[in-house]
Amino acid sequence: MHHTLVALVEDKPGVLNRVASLFRRRAFNIESLTVGRTDVAGISRMTLVLDSDQVSVDRVIAYLYKLVNVLQVEDLRDVAAVARDLALVKVAVAGHDRSQLLRVVDETRAHIVDSGEQTMTLEITGEPPHVDAVISRLEPLGIIEMVRTGQVAMRRGDTALSATQYS
Amino acid sequence: MPTPRTGAQIIWECLVHQGVNTVFGYPGGAILPAYDAMLDYPVRHVLVRHEQGASHMADGYARAGGGVGVAVATSGPGATNLVTGIATAMMDSVPIVCITGQVPSKLIGYDAFQETDITGITLPITKHSYLVTRVEDIMPAIKEAFHLAQSGRPGPVLVDITKDAQQAKLDWEWNPAPVKMRGLRPKLSVSKTEMAKAVDLIRSSKKPVILAGQGILHSGAMKEVRQFAERIKAPVAMTLLGLGGFPASHSLNIGMMGMHGEAWVNHAIQEADLLLAFGMRFDDRVTGNIKTYALNAKKIHIDIDPSEINKNVTADAAIVADLRQALKDLLDVVEPGDHAPWLKYIGSMKGDSAVRDIQSLPDNGHLYAPHVINDIWRITEGKAIVVTDVGQHQMWEAQYYHHESPRTLITSGGLGTMGFGLPAAIGAKLARPDAEVWAIVGDGGFQMTAAELSTAAQEGVKVNVAIINNGYLGMVRQWQEFFYERRYAATPLRSPDFVKLAEAHGLLGLRAERRPEVADIVQHAREAEGTVVIDFRVEQEDSVYPMVPAGADLDAMIRRPQQPPSVLVETAADPI
Repeated sequence: MHHTLVALVEDKPGVLNRVASLFRRRAFNIESLTVGRTDVAGISRMTLVLDSDQVSVDRVIAYLYKLVNVLQVEDLRDVAAVARDLALVKVAVAGHDRSQLLRVVDETRAHIVDSGEQTMTLEITGEPPHVDAVISRLEPLGIIEMVRTGQVAMRRGDTALSATQYS
Repeated sequence: MPTPRTGAQIIWECLVHQGVNTVFGYPGGAILPAYDAMLDYPVRHVLVRHEQGASHMADGYARAGGGVGVAVATSGPGATNLVTGIATAMMDSVPIVCITGQVPSKLIGYDAFQETDITGITLPITKHSYLVTRVEDIMPAIKEAFHLAQSGRPGPVLVDITKDAQQAKLDWEWNPAPVKMRGLRPKLSVSKTEMAKAVDLIRSSKKPVILAGQGILHSGAMKEVRQFAERIKAPVAMTLLGLGGFPASHSLNIGMMGMHGEAWVNHAIQEADLLLAFGMRFDDRVTGNIKTYALNAKKIHIDIDPSEINKNVTADAAIVADLRQALKDLLDVVEPGDHAPWLKYIGSMKGDSAVRDIQSLPDNGHLYAPHVINDIWRITEGKAIVVTDVGQHQMWEAQYYHHESPRTLITSGGLGTMGFGLPAAIGAKLARPDAEVWAIVGDGGFQMTAAELSTAAQEGVKVNVAIINNGYLGMVRQWQEFFYERRYAATPLRSPDFVKLAEAHGLLGLRAERRPEVADIVQHAREAEGTVVIDFRVEQEDSVYPMVPAGADLDAMIRRPQQPPSVLVETAADPI
């Protein structure tokens, strides 16, 4: 089962290593891990997607809190949340494929961000299942190269996991 | 008033401000500035013979004295040699601070001479670590290290300081403000709902067992555990590291649980309807097969570390708190109980203990390890601090030396580190110079760190070293006997003449081969000046009973055979 955790961490050397090492050491599977800056200098935000049962996720949260550089962890399991993934996909365009590709682009809100003589590069943004669906439609056309950012997520509504409390 | 100081001076200023007066270490290139500055500060430096000795001594020092132990080493091999001791302290939740020198910051990452990524290497075996490359970061790192080592569940912290940070100068003054860290959890409070659940479970229990762990020592909850046990009249079973947290002589103390625990204790746990886990973590050595562990029992788990809850067993009531505070809160609301039939039943199970009782060992004049340890207990009136190594002698110590008070048994439980005994005993003696300290070690583990005899001699530290010498790596031999058809692969052990070894260090060496000699020799060792090494030549193929084979059900124990050497195996399981 997929679980999404969000963690605010101090932007100190080795913090990503500490988090990654925890998952390796305790043999938890990470589906995706993204990390980036927040609006507060010195505070980074991680989004972790785990393939795990609930008991294991509770343990992960407890272990994360043992890391000194981890400030706050939010489990998005029971809350409405916005989740986004982004993919760049380079697809082969050999003649007749081009119209099929353009149809996919039309129907899926994908963007063409680059095109060459042999290939076209699409940007797909959305909920991870949406990105999965678009990619599966592109597969028959011939995917040459692909990259995904991994999921980022945020709670819906007015409540917030704000980094400013740590500024 | 800020005063000009080098980073090296700041290190010692900070240590002295933290109350440190003894450190264990070994100098080298990258830590030389700190060693040079050390001479100007009121700190006793104990020169070890191998840095592993330094981390074990810091560990023994912390466990015996209740404070923080400090180990110092240089970069590269100096730092990596600390690793076994750091891992030992991590597994057993011992507060130590390790300070290592690091190559100059501009050389980090260039594979400089004696460079190693020690913060990377120790990442999974420390609570936290610091790589300090600027002189102004030294004080915050050391202050936080001491704070972290002791707060919550204690553990080791490493501070790696580059040589240029030690050499740099700064206008400096001590900042006495308490450590403030954003990532530190607020003080834990006892959950009212979990507390209410616990109270209900206690009220309705007919067959409770208290599982007393090392958390009792860390939180100083000896009095509260005793009051609680007496209030509800529940039997108290001890973990290895919990020994001493509840008096052995107390009528409610039923003894040690687990792989080499008392048979009736393990039976009681399996038949209990309620387990009250006080500062213990359901290690596989105490549960046996987790799938069949205490199936009829509800579990109340009190621990300061939230990650221990529901890790090995599922808790019916989980109180994440300092044990002493949690017990105080419970004592306010828990009503007196009486479990006389249950206690009587457990007492009746003790009857079959005679098979492994010390009296039943053949008294043919030969020396048995249990005799030696029982005699040491008797002669020291149970008041010594005993530091063990790891193996058969360690389990016999736990069975035959009865500990009345906390911090009198110091042993590597979680990691099971051979070589721990002698250096940890030296550390313990320096923390408690008033106490009589015995190192009870095997002939195998002793030789892993025997070089520290030289440290004891140079420092004039008195510990009594009892080598339980059976000519084998005894515990491994025992497993080979039980589970590998007596195929003694690499366990027969030839040792040097330990008496001469002691004498070569300028120390007194003694030997006992027959039981009637033990008492006099123990007494002689106690009265002699300086460290004494005693070579106890014991029965070679004796085994520790009872034994729950690794992974077997907790109540499926191998018992001491009535007529050696045939072995009664009640059950067989694949050991792990």
